[in-house]
Amino acid sequence: MALKGNLKDFSFIQLLNLINLASKSGALYVERPGAYARVIFHNGKLAFFESSDDKPDLLRTLRDRKLITTYQHALLKGRLEDTSDREAGIYLVNAGYATLDQVTAALQEDYSEKFRRLFDWSEGYFRFEAGEILPDDKIPVRLDLENLIVEGARELQEVEDLRAEIPSLDMALKFTDRPGTDIRNINLSQTEWRVVSYINPRNTIQQIAATTNLDEVDIRRVVFTLLQAGLVEFVRPGGLPVAIPGRNLPVKNPKQNRSLIKRLIDRIRSI
Amino acid sequence: MQTQTVKIVVTGPFNAGKTEFIRSVSEIEVVSTEKRISTPAEKIKESTTVAMDFGRITVDNDLVLFLFGTPGQKRFDFMWEILSEGMLGFIVMVDSTRPETFREARSILETFRAYAPTPYLVAANKQDLYDAWDVEDMRLALRLDPSVKILPCEAMKKNSVKQVLLELLYSILEEMDRTRQDKDLE
Repeated sequence: MALKGNLKDFSFIQLLNLINLASKSGALYVERPGAYARVIFHNGKLAFFESSDDKPDLLRTLRDRKLITTYQHALLKGRLEDTSDREAGIYLVNAGYATLDQVTAALQEDYSEKFRRLFDWSEGYFRFEAGEILPDDKIPVRLDLENLIVEGARELQEVEDLRAEIPSLDMALKFTDRPGTDIRNINLSQTEWRVVSYINPRNTIQQIAATTNLDEVDIRRVVFTLLQAGLVEFVRPGGLPVAIPGRNLPVKNPKQNRSLIKRLIDRIRSI
Repeated sequence: MQTQTVKIVVTGPFNAGKTEFIRSVSEIEVVSTEKRISTPAEKIKESTTVAMDFGRITVDNDLVLFLFGTPGQKRFDFMWEILSEGMLGFIVMVDSTRPETFREARSILETFRAYAPTPYLVAANKQDLYDAWDVEDMRLALRLDPSVKILPCEAMKKNSVKQVLLELLYSILEEMDRTRQDKDLE
Protein backbone atom coordinates (compact mmCIF):
# COMPACT_ATOMS: atom_id res chain seq x y z
CA MET A 1 0.00 0.00 0.00
CA ALA A 2 1.38 3.39 -1.00
CA LEU A 3 2.31 5.96 1.64
CA LYS A 4 -0.10 8.85 1.11
CA GLY A 5 -1.44 11.93 2.78
CA ASN A 6 -1.47 15.72 2.74
CA LEU A 7 1.54 17.98 3.05
CA LYS A 8 -0.21 20.06 5.69
CA ASP A 9 -0.11 17.00 7.96
CA PHE A 10 3.23 15.59 6.88
CA SER A 11 5.63 18.19 5.52
CA PHE A 12 7.69 17.82 2.40
CA ILE A 13 10.92 17.90 4.39
CA GLN A 14 9.68 15.09 6.64
CA LEU A 15 8.86 13.02 3.56
CA LEU A 16 12.31 13.54 2.14
CA ASN A 17 13.95 12.66 5.44
CA LEU A 18 12.02 9.41 5.44
CA ILE A 19 13.00 8.54 1.88
CA ASN A 20 16.63 9.47 2.53
CA LEU A 21 17.06 7.65 5.85
CA ALA A 22 15.30 4.54 4.63
CA SER A 23 17.13 4.66 1.28
CA LYS A 24 13.81 4.19 -0.44
CA SER A 25 13.32 3.59 -4.14
CA GLY A 26 10.09 4.65 -5.80
CA ALA A 27 8.13 7.59 -7.11
CA LEU A 28 6.77 10.48 -5.07
CA TYR A 29 3.74 12.17 -6.58
CA VAL A 30 2.71 15.56 -5.23
CA GLU A 31 -0.40 17.39 -6.38
CA ARG A 32 -2.17 20.59 -5.65
CA PRO A 33 -4.79 22.49 -7.66
CA GLY A 34 -3.30 23.31 -11.01
CA ALA A 35 0.08 21.67 -10.45
CA TYR A 36 1.75 18.34 -9.88
CA ALA A 37 5.23 16.94 -9.57
CA ARG A 38 6.75 13.49 -9.90
CA VAL A 39 10.07 12.69 -8.28
CA ILE A 40 11.76 9.32 -8.69
CA PHE A 41 14.20 8.09 -6.07
CA HIS A 42 16.67 5.27 -6.24
CA ASN A 43 18.17 4.01 -2.97
CA GLY A 44 17.32 7.28 -1.28
CA LYS A 45 18.85 9.48 -3.97
CA LEU A 46 16.97 11.71 -6.40
CA ALA A 47 17.05 10.15 -9.85
CA PHE A 48 14.51 12.11 -11.86
CA PHE A 49 12.17 15.11 -11.59
CA GLU A 50 9.30 16.44 -13.64
CA SER A 51 6.41 18.76 -12.92
CA SER A 52 3.39 20.25 -14.64
CA ASP A 53 5.32 23.51 -15.03
CA ASP A 54 8.39 21.80 -16.38
CA LYS A 55 8.44 18.76 -18.62
CA PRO A 56 11.94 17.28 -18.99
CA ASP A 57 13.71 18.65 -22.01
CA LEU A 58 17.36 17.73 -22.25
CA LEU A 59 18.18 20.14 -25.06
CA ARG A 60 16.58 23.07 -23.27
CA THR A 61 18.47 22.20 -20.09
CA LEU A 62 21.78 22.10 -21.95
CA ARG A 63 21.01 25.38 -23.71
CA ASP A 64 20.06 27.10 -20.44
CA ARG A 65 23.33 25.96 -18.92
CA LYS A 66 25.22 27.14 -21.99
CA LEU A 67 26.52 23.74 -22.99
CA ILE A 68 24.96 24.29 -26.40
CA THR A 69 24.21 27.54 -28.14
CA THR A 70 20.73 28.76 -29.06
CA TYR A 71 21.52 28.03 -32.67
CA GLN A 72 22.64 24.49 -31.88
CA HIS A 73 19.51 24.02 -29.79
CA ALA A 74 17.27 24.97 -32.70
CA LEU A 75 19.20 22.72 -35.07
CA LEU A 76 19.27 19.71 -32.75
CA LYS A 77 15.63 20.12 -31.79
CA GLY A 78 14.63 19.42 -35.36
CA ARG A 79 17.12 16.62 -35.77
CA LEU A 80 16.23 14.86 -32.49
CA GLU A 81 12.52 15.55 -32.47
CA ASP A 82 11.33 11.96 -32.09
CA THR A 83 14.10 10.68 -29.87
CA SER A 84 13.94 10.12 -26.13
CA ASP A 85 16.12 12.05 -23.69
CA ARG A 86 18.37 9.03 -23.26
CA GLU A 87 18.86 8.61 -27.00
CA ALA A 88 19.39 12.35 -27.40
CA GLY A 89 21.98 12.28 -24.61
CA ILE A 90 23.90 9.43 -26.27
CA TYR A 91 23.83 11.26 -29.60
CA LEU A 92 25.08 14.50 -28.05
CA VAL A 93 27.94 12.77 -26.25
CA ASN A 94 28.98 10.78 -29.32
CA ALA A 95 28.79 13.86 -31.52
CA GLY A 96 31.00 15.78 -29.09
CA TYR A 97 28.50 18.47 -28.02
CA ALA A 98 29.05 17.61 -24.37
CA THR A 99 30.63 14.93 -22.23
CA LEU A 100 28.60 12.47 -20.20
CA ASP A 101 29.68 14.23 -17.01
CA GLN A 102 28.54 17.57 -18.36
CA VAL A 103 25.14 16.22 -19.33
CA THR A 104 24.69 14.59 -15.94
CA ALA A 105 25.83 17.69 -14.07
CA ALA A 106 23.46 19.89 -16.09
CA LEU A 107 20.53 17.62 -15.31
CA GLN A 108 21.46 17.50 -11.62
CA GLU A 109 21.58 21.29 -11.44
CA ASP A 110 18.28 21.58 -13.27
CA TYR A 111 16.48 19.02 -11.09
CA SER A 112 17.95 20.51 -7.95
CA GLU A 113 16.71 24.01 -8.81
CA LYS A 114 13.20 22.88 -9.70
CA PHE A 115 12.96 20.38 -6.87
CA ARG A 116 13.63 23.14 -4.34
CA ARG A 117 10.43 24.89 -5.40
CA LEU A 118 8.49 22.02 -3.88
CA PHE A 119 9.65 23.09 -0.43
CA ASP A 120 7.19 25.98 -0.69
CA TRP A 121 4.26 23.60 -0.99
CA SER A 122 2.71 23.69 2.46
CA GLU A 123 -0.41 21.91 1.25
CA GLY A 124 -1.06 19.25 -1.37
CA TYR A 125 -1.87 15.59 -1.77
CA PHE A 126 1.10 13.20 -1.92
CA ARG A 127 1.61 9.51 -2.46
CA PHE A 128 4.74 7.42 -2.61
CA GLU A 129 4.72 4.41 -4.90
CA ALA A 130 7.50 2.17 -3.64
CA GLY A 131 9.41 0.30 -6.28
CA GLU A 132 8.38 2.48 -9.20
CA ILE A 133 11.46 2.86 -11.33
CA LEU A 134 12.72 5.35 -13.85
CA PRO A 135 11.48 4.71 -17.38
CA ASP A 136 14.19 3.48 -19.76
CA ASP A 137 13.98 6.52 -22.00
CA LYS A 138 15.05 8.95 -19.25
CA ILE A 139 18.57 9.77 -18.09
CA PRO A 140 19.03 8.98 -14.42
CA VAL A 141 21.03 11.15 -12.07
CA ARG A 142 22.13 10.59 -8.46
CA LEU A 143 21.49 13.58 -6.26
CA ASP A 144 22.11 13.29 -2.53
CA LEU A 145 19.07 14.35 -0.57
CA GLU A 146 20.92 15.61 2.51
CA ASN A 147 22.18 18.74 0.80
CA LEU A 148 18.82 19.39 -0.80
CA ILE A 149 17.07 19.01 2.54
CA VAL A 150 19.48 21.33 4.33
CA GLU A 151 19.26 23.90 1.54
CA GLY A 152 15.48 23.62 1.40
CA ALA A 153 15.14 23.99 5.16
CA ARG A 154 17.42 27.01 5.11
CA GLU A 155 15.35 28.64 2.38
CA LEU A 156 12.12 27.91 4.23
CA GLN A 157 13.56 29.54 7.32
CA GLU A 158 14.64 32.53 5.26
CA VAL A 159 11.12 32.88 3.85
CA GLU A 160 9.64 32.69 7.35
CA ASP A 161 12.08 35.33 8.56
CA LEU A 162 11.26 37.57 5.61
CA ARG A 163 7.54 37.24 6.30
CA ALA A 164 8.15 38.14 9.92
CA GLU A 165 10.17 41.23 8.92
CA ILE A 166 7.74 42.29 6.23
CA PRO A 167 4.39 40.86 7.31
CA SER A 168 2.29 42.82 4.85
CA LEU A 169 2.81 43.83 1.25
CA ASP A 170 0.10 46.45 1.56
CA MET A 171 2.57 48.89 3.03
CA ALA A 172 4.44 51.46 0.97
CA LEU A 173 8.03 52.64 1.13
CA LYS A 174 9.86 55.92 1.03
CA PHE A 175 13.54 56.83 0.93
CA THR A 176 15.00 57.63 4.33
CA ASP A 177 16.51 60.91 5.39
CA ARG A 178 19.80 59.35 6.37
CA PRO A 179 20.86 56.30 4.40
CA GLY A 180 22.58 53.64 6.51
CA THR A 181 26.31 53.61 6.95
CA ASP A 182 26.77 50.28 5.20
CA ILE A 183 25.42 51.51 1.88
CA ARG A 184 28.86 51.24 0.28
CA ASN A 185 28.66 47.50 0.45
CA ILE A 186 25.50 47.32 -1.59
CA ASN A 187 25.50 46.25 -5.17
CA LEU A 188 22.01 46.32 -6.59
CA SER A 189 20.95 43.90 -9.28
CA GLN A 190 18.86 44.99 -12.22
CA THR A 191 15.76 43.61 -10.48
CA GLU A 192 16.54 45.53 -7.32
CA TRP A 193 17.05 48.65 -9.38
CA ARG A 194 13.63 48.26 -10.89
CA VAL A 195 12.12 48.11 -7.42
CA VAL A 196 14.07 51.21 -6.35
CA SER A 197 12.76 53.13 -9.35
CA TYR A 198 9.16 52.56 -8.20
CA ILE A 199 9.66 53.46 -4.56
CA ASN A 200 7.15 56.14 -3.80
CA PRO A 201 4.68 56.50 -0.92
CA ARG A 202 1.87 56.11 -3.45
CA ASN A 203 2.94 52.61 -4.44
CA THR A 204 2.39 49.64 -2.15
CA ILE A 205 4.95 46.87 -2.09
CA GLN A 206 2.32 44.59 -3.63
CA GLN A 207 1.86 46.98 -6.54
CA ILE A 208 5.61 47.25 -7.07
CA ALA A 209 5.86 43.45 -7.05
CA ALA A 210 3.12 43.15 -9.66
CA THR A 211 4.74 45.78 -11.88
CA THR A 212 8.20 44.24 -11.62
CA ASN A 213 6.93 40.64 -11.95
CA LEU A 214 8.33 39.53 -8.61
CA ASP A 215 6.66 36.97 -6.42
CA GLU A 216 5.94 37.64 -2.77
CA VAL A 217 9.19 36.05 -1.61
CA ASP A 218 11.48 37.84 -4.06
CA ILE A 219 9.93 41.26 -3.42
CA ARG A 220 10.38 40.71 0.30
CA ARG A 221 14.04 39.82 -0.28
CA VAL A 222 14.65 43.02 -2.25
CA VAL A 223 12.77 45.22 0.22
CA PHE A 224 14.61 43.58 3.12
CA THR A 225 17.96 44.40 1.50
CA LEU A 226 16.95 48.03 1.09
CA LEU A 227 15.62 48.19 4.66
CA GLN A 228 18.82 46.70 6.05
CA ALA A 229 20.88 49.26 4.15
CA GLY A 230 18.81 52.03 5.64
CA LEU A 231 17.81 53.25 2.19
CA VAL A 232 14.06 52.98 2.71
CA GLU A 233 11.44 52.86 5.43
CA PHE A 234 7.81 51.85 5.63
CA VAL A 235 5.00 54.35 5.26
CA ARG A 236 1.24 54.04 5.11
CA PRO A 237 0.23 53.75 1.49
CA GLY A 238 -1.73 56.48 -0.24
CA GLY A 239 -4.02 54.02 -1.88
CA LEU A 240 -3.20 55.43 -5.30
CA PRO A 241 -2.31 53.19 -8.29
CA VAL A 242 1.28 52.31 -9.14
CA ALA A 243 3.03 55.14 -10.93
CA ILE A 244 3.14 54.32 -14.62
CA PRO A 245 6.65 54.44 -16.16
CA GLY A 246 7.17 57.62 -18.10
CA ARG A 247 7.01 61.21 -16.95
CA ASN A 248 6.30 61.58 -13.26
CA LEU A 249 4.29 64.73 -13.90
CA PRO A 250 0.49 64.64 -13.83
CA VAL A 251 0.20 64.99 -17.60
CA LYS A 252 -3.48 65.79 -17.65
CA ASN A 253 -3.04 69.04 -15.74
CA PRO A 254 -0.51 71.36 -17.44
CA LYS A 255 -1.03 74.09 -14.85
CA GLN A 256 0.02 71.70 -12.09
CA ASN A 257 3.07 70.69 -14.17
CA ARG A 258 4.19 74.28 -14.59
CA SER A 259 3.61 74.94 -10.95
CA LEU A 260 5.71 71.93 -10.02
CA ILE A 261 8.62 73.03 -12.22
CA LYS A 262 8.41 76.54 -10.83
CA ARG A 263 8.56 75.19 -7.31
CA LEU A 264 11.67 73.23 -8.29
CA ILE A 265 13.22 76.35 -9.80
CA ASP A 266 12.55 78.38 -6.68
CA ARG A 267 14.02 75.67 -4.51
CA ILE A 268 17.19 75.29 -6.59
CA ARG A 269 17.67 79.07 -6.55
CA SER A 270 17.48 79.04 -2.79
CA ILE A 271 20.26 76.46 -2.32
CA MET B 1 -1.09 64.85 0.98
CA GLN B 2 1.33 62.29 -0.41
CA THR B 3 4.87 63.33 -1.24
CA GLN B 4 5.50 63.49 -4.97
CA THR B 5 8.96 62.54 -6.14
CA VAL B 6 10.51 63.72 -9.37
CA LYS B 7 13.80 62.63 -10.91
CA ILE B 8 16.64 64.14 -12.89
CA VAL B 9 19.35 61.84 -14.23
CA VAL B 10 22.98 62.84 -14.52
CA THR B 11 24.84 60.74 -17.03
CA GLY B 12 28.08 60.81 -18.97
CA PRO B 13 31.40 58.98 -19.39
CA PHE B 14 33.29 57.87 -16.34
CA ASN B 15 35.23 60.49 -14.43
CA ALA B 16 33.21 63.27 -16.04
CA GLY B 17 32.21 64.58 -12.61
CA LYS B 18 28.75 63.12 -12.08
CA THR B 19 29.27 62.21 -8.43
CA GLU B 20 30.69 65.62 -7.59
CA PHE B 21 27.84 67.34 -9.43
CA ILE B 22 25.21 65.61 -7.33
CA ARG B 23 27.23 65.97 -4.15
CA SER B 24 27.42 69.75 -4.59
CA VAL B 25 23.67 70.23 -4.19
CA SER B 26 22.37 67.13 -2.46
CA GLU B 27 21.04 67.68 1.06
CA ILE B 28 21.92 64.12 1.98
CA GLU B 29 25.27 62.43 1.75
CA VAL B 30 25.40 61.14 -1.78
CA VAL B 31 24.67 57.43 -1.81
CA SER B 32 27.36 56.17 -4.07
CA THR B 33 28.25 52.52 -4.32
CA GLU B 34 31.84 52.34 -5.43
CA LYS B 35 34.40 49.67 -6.14
CA ARG B 36 38.05 49.89 -6.85
CA ILE B 37 38.53 49.54 -10.61
CA SER B 38 41.10 46.99 -11.53
CA THR B 39 41.57 47.48 -15.26
CA PRO B 40 44.68 49.55 -16.00
CA ALA B 41 42.88 51.69 -18.56
CA GLU B 42 40.49 52.94 -15.91
CA LYS B 43 42.96 53.65 -13.13
CA ILE B 44 42.57 57.38 -13.48
CA LYS B 45 40.88 57.51 -10.11
CA GLU B 46 40.87 55.42 -6.99
CA SER B 47 37.32 54.33 -7.43
CA THR B 48 34.42 54.85 -9.75
CA THR B 49 30.69 54.47 -9.47
CA VAL B 50 29.48 51.11 -10.57
CA ALA B 51 25.90 51.13 -9.44
CA MET B 52 24.46 54.55 -8.73
CA ASP B 53 24.85 58.01 -7.35
CA PHE B 54 21.80 59.12 -5.49
CA GLY B 55 21.16 62.58 -4.11
CA ARG B 56 18.09 64.42 -2.90
CA ILE B 57 16.71 67.93 -2.74
CA THR B 58 13.54 68.42 -0.70
CA VAL B 59 11.39 71.17 -2.15
CA ASP B 60 8.66 71.15 0.47
CA ASN B 61 6.40 68.77 2.37
CA ASP B 62 4.92 67.25 -0.74
CA LEU B 63 7.65 67.49 -3.36
CA VAL B 64 11.12 65.92 -3.48
CA LEU B 65 13.66 65.95 -6.29
CA PHE B 66 15.96 62.96 -6.65
CA LEU B 67 19.18 63.15 -8.59
CA PHE B 68 20.34 59.85 -10.02
CA GLY B 69 23.80 59.39 -11.46
CA THR B 70 24.42 56.60 -13.95
CA PRO B 71 27.54 54.50 -14.27
CA GLY B 72 29.69 55.68 -17.11
CA GLN B 73 31.15 52.41 -18.28
CA LYS B 74 29.50 50.70 -21.24
CA ARG B 75 29.03 47.48 -19.34
CA PHE B 76 26.48 49.21 -17.10
CA ASP B 77 24.32 50.50 -19.91
CA PHE B 78 21.58 48.11 -18.80
CA MET B 79 21.01 50.61 -15.94
CA TRP B 80 20.19 53.46 -18.28
CA GLU B 81 16.82 52.14 -19.37
CA ILE B 82 15.76 51.69 -15.77
CA LEU B 83 17.01 55.07 -14.63
CA SER B 84 15.49 56.90 -17.57
CA GLU B 85 11.97 55.76 -16.68
CA GLY B 86 9.92 58.65 -15.34
CA MET B 87 12.65 61.29 -15.40
CA LEU B 88 11.92 64.99 -15.89
CA GLY B 89 15.07 65.46 -17.93
CA PHE B 90 18.72 64.55 -18.01
CA ILE B 91 22.15 66.14 -17.97
CA VAL B 92 25.09 64.76 -19.89
CA MET B 93 28.33 65.58 -18.08
CA VAL B 94 31.42 65.74 -20.22
CA ASP B 95 35.00 66.20 -19.06
CA SER B 96 36.17 69.24 -21.03
CA THR B 97 39.80 68.21 -20.63
CA ARG B 98 39.41 64.74 -22.17
CA PRO B 99 38.36 64.94 -25.81
CA GLU B 100 38.87 61.18 -26.10
CA THR B 101 35.62 60.82 -24.12
CA PHE B 102 33.55 63.05 -26.40
CA ARG B 103 32.56 60.22 -28.68
CA GLU B 104 31.33 58.13 -25.79
CA ALA B 105 29.43 61.15 -24.43
CA ARG B 106 27.68 61.49 -27.75
CA SER B 107 26.77 57.82 -27.74
CA ILE B 108 25.36 58.08 -24.20
CA LEU B 109 23.39 61.17 -25.20
CA GLU B 110 21.85 59.43 -28.19
CA THR B 111 21.02 56.37 -26.14
CA PHE B 112 19.23 58.42 -23.50
CA ARG B 113 17.35 60.41 -26.10
CA ALA B 114 16.09 57.15 -27.52
CA TYR B 115 14.95 55.96 -24.08
CA ALA B 116 13.05 59.14 -23.21
CA PRO B 117 12.13 62.19 -25.28
CA THR B 118 12.66 64.57 -22.35
CA PRO B 119 14.58 67.85 -22.28
CA TYR B 120 18.29 67.58 -21.72
CA LEU B 121 21.45 69.61 -21.82
CA VAL B 122 25.19 69.04 -21.87
CA ALA B 123 27.40 70.23 -19.03
CA ALA B 124 30.99 70.88 -20.08
CA ASN B 125 32.69 70.12 -16.79
CA LYS B 126 36.11 71.07 -15.42
CA GLN B 127 36.05 74.40 -17.23
CA ASP B 128 38.34 75.77 -14.51
CA LEU B 129 41.24 73.60 -15.73
CA TYR B 130 43.81 75.08 -18.07
CA ASP B 131 43.40 72.43 -20.79
CA ALA B 132 39.61 72.54 -20.90
CA TRP B 133 38.14 72.83 -24.35
CA ASP B 134 36.11 75.90 -25.18
CA VAL B 135 32.38 75.21 -24.84
CA GLU B 136 31.57 76.08 -28.43
CA ASP B 137 34.41 73.90 -29.70
CA MET B 138 32.90 71.08 -27.66
CA ARG B 139 29.55 71.77 -29.30
CA LEU B 140 31.17 71.13 -32.66
CA ALA B 141 33.07 68.09 -31.45
CA LEU B 142 29.92 66.59 -29.95
CA ARG B 143 27.96 67.51 -33.07
CA LEU B 144 25.24 69.12 -31.02
CA ASP B 145 22.30 70.77 -32.67
CA PRO B 146 22.32 74.56 -32.17
CA SER B 147 19.12 74.23 -30.15
CA VAL B 148 20.82 72.01 -27.55
CA LYS B 149 22.18 73.84 -24.54
CA ILE B 150 25.81 73.23 -23.61
CA LEU B 151 26.89 74.99 -20.47
CA PRO B 152 30.21 75.53 -18.72
CA CYS B 153 30.32 73.71 -15.42
CA GLU B 154 32.53 73.22 -12.40
CA ALA B 155 30.88 70.31 -10.63
CA MET B 156 32.51 70.99 -7.28
CA LYS B 157 31.05 74.48 -7.12
CA LYS B 158 27.48 74.71 -5.88
CA ASN B 159 26.57 77.83 -7.86
CA SER B 160 27.78 76.30 -11.09
CA VAL B 161 25.77 73.15 -10.48
CA LYS B 162 22.70 75.22 -9.56
CA GLN B 163 22.95 77.08 -12.84
CA VAL B 164 23.05 73.85 -14.84
CA LEU B 165 20.02 72.48 -13.00
CA LEU B 166 18.13 75.73 -13.46
CA GLU B 167 18.82 75.76 -17.18
CA LEU B 168 17.45 72.25 -17.46
CA LEU B 169 14.32 73.27 -15.58
CA TYR B 170 13.90 76.32 -17.85
CA SER B 171 14.15 73.96 -20.83
CA ILE B 172 11.44 71.78 -19.33
CA LEU B 173 9.19 74.83 -18.89
CA GLU B 174 9.83 75.89 -22.47
CA GLU B 175 8.87 72.47 -23.72
CA MET B 176 5.66 72.56 -21.73
CA ASP B 177 4.79 75.93 -23.21
CA ARG B 178 5.56 74.66 -26.71
CA THR B 179 3.40 71.62 -26.22
CA ARG B 180 0.53 73.73 -24.92
CA GLN B 181 0.79 76.12 -27.87
CA ASP B 182 0.78 73.21 -30.31
CA LYS B 183 -2.36 71.85 -28.66
CA ASP B 184 -4.04 75.27 -28.83
CA LEU B 185 -3.31 75.47 -32.54
CA GLU B 186 -4.93 72.08 -33.23
